This record gives sequence, C-alpha cells and structure tokens, in this order.
Amino acid sequence: MSTAVSQIDEVKTTPWAGGTSPFSVEYGKIMMWFFLLSDAFTFSSLLIAYGALRFSSAAWPAPDLIFQSVPGLIEHGAPLVFVGLMTFILIMSSVTMVLAVEAGHRGAKKEVVWWMIGTIIGGFMFLGCQALEWSHLHSEGFWWGSIPKMEELKALFHGNPSDQTMITYGHQFANLFFTITGFHGFHVFSGVVINIIITINVLKGTYEKRGSYLMVEKIGLYWHFVDLVWVFVFTFFYLV
Amino acid sequence: MSSHPAHTEDHAEEHEGMTKKRIWNVFYILLAITAVEFFIALYLVPHQVMTYHVANPIYIVLTLLKAFFIVGYFMHLKFEKAGLIIAIIVPVLFIIGLILVLTNESHHWIDLRL
Repeated sequence: MSTAVSQIDEVKTTPWAGGTSPFSVEYGKIMMWFFLLSDAFTFSSLLIAYGALRFSSAAWPAPDLIFQSVPGLIEHGAPLVFVGLMTFILIMSSVTMVLAVEAGHRGAKKEVVWWMIGTIIGGFMFLGCQALEWSHLHSEGFWWGSIPKMEELKALFHGNPSDQTMITYGHQFANLFFTITGFHGFHVFSGVVINIIITINVLKGTYEKRGSYLMVEKIGLYWHFVDLVWVFVFTFFYLV
Repeated sequence: MSSHPAHTEDHAEEHEGMTKKRIWNVFYILLAITAVEFFIALYLVPHQVMTYHVANPIYIVLTLLKAFFIVGYFMHLKFEKAGLIIAIIVPVLFIIGLILVLTNESHHWIDLRL
C-alpha cells in the first residue's frame, strides 16, 4: 500500500480553496463595499435621469449664470468660486479621514482622534456651505416645484428661449438640483453622525481593546464614497 | 511554503498604499485636476479658446481620473485582492449600459416634445 496522497486528496492552499475569505478582507468591510456598490447604483440612476432630461431639453439654466455668487460676500460675477470652496473642503476632509485610517494602522489613538475631529469639522463646513447655497437659491425663488419670476429667470439662460421652455426646464432643473444635492447632503450628514459615534468609541478605547481600528477604515470607505459622489455631482451640475 | 512569502508581500503592499507621503501626493493630484477643470470652465470656455463640445468630454475624463484616484488610493481598492477588485468594478460597468440606453432614449424624447 502506498501512503502517497492522491492528487485529488491534497489540501489546496489557493485563495479560492475554501476555509478562508478569498478577498482576505474582514466581513464588515466587504459588506461596506457592497453597500457602497448599491449606493453607487442609486446615485447613478439619479444622475443618469438628470442627464437624460437635460439631453432632451430645448434649453437649460446655465451653471455659470446660476452659480455665480458667494453667499454673504459676492452677489454676482464669481462663477464656481463657492462650489470650488465646497469641493476643496470635501477633498480635504477625505485626506484627514485617510490620515485617521493611517494612524489607526499604527495604533496611534491620539492621532486617530485628531484626524477624525478634523474630518467631522470638514463635514460640518461642507454642510454649512450647502445650507448657504440652498438658501441662496431658495431666496432667488428656486425650490422643489418652484422657479424664480420670469424677469429673473430670463437672466439664467443663455440665448433666447421661449417663456414656456424656460418655465418647463427651470422646473426640471430645480427639482433635480434639490433632489440630487439633497440626497448627497443627507449622505454627508449621516457620515458626520457616524464619524462622531466612531470618534467617541475611539476616545472610550473600544478599538484599542479590540486590537484594531477596522471600524475607522469602514467609515473611511463610506466617507470617501461621499466625496466620490460629490466629484460627479460637481462635474454634472456645475461644470457641464 | 507558498502562502507565507505571499502574505508578507501583501503586507508590504498594504504599507506602501498607506504612507503619509502618498496620501498627500494623491491629494495634490486631485487638487491639480480640479484646478485644471476650473481653468477650462473659467478661462478657456469664456474666452472661446474651447467650445463646450470639447470641454464637456474633457470634464468627464478628468472626473473619471479623480474617481480612479479616490477609489484606488483613498479607498485602498488598488491594493486589495484581485477578486475584490473584480467584484466591485465589474458591476459598476453595467452603469455604462444604463447611460447608453438613456442617452439614446433622450434623443427620441426631443422628437416627442416637438
């Protein structure tokens, strides 16, 4: 009798042989990834619906005419300046988040706390800017289902579209703008709340006892995703 | 025997992706791309150097480039196992299908509205 193991009985050690996760990522992190994937589909649907309506429109409010004020400072003639600031704040808070994750890898509790606080401040600043942006548009007459008066509306279009065209597509712009930036803002708000909870847990030493700062990485994934969505919202609402 | 060196190699890769220097490099890249977008939107298009027919595709390419840096480096996907990368990227590609269908459809909506 031979004691040699036949080829079929040999224990395989490849990533997909079973027994361990082939992704070698912790369970909660995989779940976060797949949640973000589903969220990416939701945001894509909203942005693609926006794109389809805008493609089929006869005229559309021009971004450089609508977004040309810095609320409280400059009323006219500063296109994209305020949204540039918002974009910078959000990218900056992504950087502080990734620095918190990096500090977590080294187990440096204090540094994690400081970078997390930086991220939370960035989130609040972004939300504050968005509140200003919304109230500015609202004061001009934009809201869900409502648009500025005709004389003011005319100033927001390039060329010379008919009144009916401006009314129709002004409404579409208003509804899509508030829905999409509102849905994104809601994500930022949730992110800030979760960031605060995680920071409290870090301060209490929950993750120090657990031996890893994986939770910081998971909320980090969510936060970067929110930043990622903003990159797309920024392009399709403010630039194109 | 085969699994052990592979494991340490993974670890080195992970650290490579997480250094502070690299984080700031990615930040500068994102900032530079955004600055280019602003330059196009605030200078090139208003001064008729570029029409929006040219500018819009450039915006989209630059946006996708930013998305690559955020997902790849900040979200660390570039350094994950190939299986996870495929599991995340392939479903996203289906979105391209939806974009094609709806942009095509929207061209018909113009005719319906006239």
